[in-house]
Amino acid sequence: MTTASPRRNTRKALRGFGFYTLLAIVLVPFAFVFWYMITTSLKSPQDLTASKFQWFFTPTFDNYTQVFQQTDFAQFAMNSLFVGLGSVAIALILGLPAAYAIARYQAPKLALIILSSRITPGVTFLIPLFIIFSSLGWVDTYRALIIAHLLITLPMVTWLMIGFFEELPQEIIDSARVDGASAIRTFLQVILPITRGGIAAAAILAFIFSWNHFMFSVVLAGRTTRTLPVAVFEFMSYGQINWGAICAAATVMTIPVVVMGLFAQRNIVQGLAGGAVKG
Amino acid sequence: MHTRSTTAPAARSSAAGATPTTRSLGYRLSAFVDRHVLAVFTTPAVAFILLTMAFPVVFTIYLSLTHWVGGLTRAPEFVGLENFIRLLTDDPRFWGATFRTLALTAGAVAAQTVIGVAIAVLLHRHFVLSGLIRSVILLPMIATPVAVALVWRLMFHPQLGVLNDILTRMGLPPSDWLADPQLALFLVGLVDTWEWAPLIALITLAGLTALPEDPFEAAQLDGANGWQRFWHVTLPMVRPIVVVAVVFRLIEALKTFDLILVMTNGGPGFETETLNIYVYNIAFQYQQLGYAAALLIVFFLLVLLISSSVLRLRRPKDS
Repeated sequence: MTTASPRRNTRKALRGFGFYTLLAIVLVPFAFVFWYMITTSLKSPQDLTASKFQWFFTPTFDNYTQVFQQTDFAQFAMNSLFVGLGSVAIALILGLPAAYAIARYQAPKLALIILSSRITPGVTFLIPLFIIFSSLGWVDTYRALIIAHLLITLPMVTWLMIGFFEELPQEIIDSARVDGASAIRTFLQVILPITRGGIAAAAILAFIFSWNHFMFSVVLAGRTTRTLPVAVFEFMSYGQINWGAICAAATVMTIPVVVMGLFAQRNIVQGLAGGAVKG
Repeated sequence: MHTRSTTAPAARSSAAGATPTTRSLGYRLSAFVDRHVLAVFTTPAVAFILLTMAFPVVFTIYLSLTHWVGGLTRAPEFVGLENFIRLLTDDPRFWGATFRTLALTAGAVAAQTVIGVAIAVLLHRHFVLSGLIRSVILLPMIATPVAVALVWRLMFHPQLGVLNDILTRMGLPPSDWLADPQLALFLVGLVDTWEWAPLIALITLAGLTALPEDPFEAAQLDGANGWQRFWHVTLPMVRPIVVVAVVFRLIEALKTFDLILVMTNGGPGFETETLNIYVYNIAFQYQQLGYAAALLIVFFLLVLLISSSVLRLRRPKDS
């Protein structure tokens, strides 16, 4: 084993070289798109519209200042933040007890009902919600967007938390019971504190999904409540498309979710696969 | 019964100072919750979902039987099954969209399954920077889809985009990319694969990590080469988890929306118009809400049919 012949060493080196080449082939397409987004956001209009693509250029932050000065970008970001925080908070209030009860009493049918809103195409909700909110005068309000985004965040929180609650040892619940705590007290004072890591992950993931969601806001938001994805999408319809500014806006929009996503990295696959898989 | 006997003494002692009425009310409430934990804890969430699901479904069925054009100021007019008859007999755009939805879903999910499993096998070993690399392949899934779609749209831009520059440098003729009717749907599938192959990769990787070592060592001792080990040992063992990932992706891919709307909005012509985009345009661009509702029902049934049949397919393999 230890007395490796020179030939075997060469083979090992070759195999390592092959592996890292393959790795590079896999990684380049994934990283390239983000490199391209960031470099485009740092290009001047001259470099962007030059007849030949500019691989090397002098970076400028003009696109970023333009996005913040010429559009209500900060307002759009605040809208996304409000809708995200609101829909995640309500999803936690409704979803945590539901997930706990479903996990403890093994009620997969109830879990399926909650997941059904994720299988249903979003347009199904969009037409009726649009008509209801229009007649209530709620179009272009945070309420309307938060209710719509709950259809995303509630199933996500519930399904992730069912997984976390199922992993809890039964003895913890039993010992709280023996101490005479009621179901509500057991849940609030024993169960929630020990699953706080899972709750944080579920909240982060649900927030990412609310932040990224496009379809509901494109119809239900108006001038005052427009969320970031819709606002950035609409930059394209203002006469001449300024790709530098669009890439700057896209970069600013993407950074928060990427940072949060890396924090919740371990649970992200679970969240994306509807809780079907333990990552 | 058991619950009540354990909680009663505690409730009494904790409420000892209170008046008899509040004690009994609090006690009764708490005892009620204890007896019906499942109902009390799940009702708010289930009720919210049922309400926001049931009303839209009933309302959509009603709408599908009406003619309602030109926004909310006019009342819907009952027309019976006219919308469905039009849809089935007189709407080539609907059939085109159905076909493209199925083709895009099948093609993209097949591609991301093969690529995803390949990436998982590649990453399933210890090497320098493996954590960093897993973070990089996470990016396409968590970045805002609208942002990603915009960047791809620019990359495909015939004059400004980087892809034609690369082609020209390699001595190849430039392409029209998304403006090319023969290429557009393929490119949408390509971007969808770029976005979601990492999900299949990470799910499969999780499955690979959980596998026992013994079968691999045994196969190695038997003289199986790398490909044989993958095909006869690894693949059968991770198949259940890969199937879960594929089922999930199939259901989601049928509903691809942001990517198409931002990159092509269904164009050129209707070359990338899927059912989801078609329904959306009929409802919110043409404002034909009655006809859109009929389309929606057909689309919903299609999603339901495919989801339930792939879920059924999965069951025997799982056990």
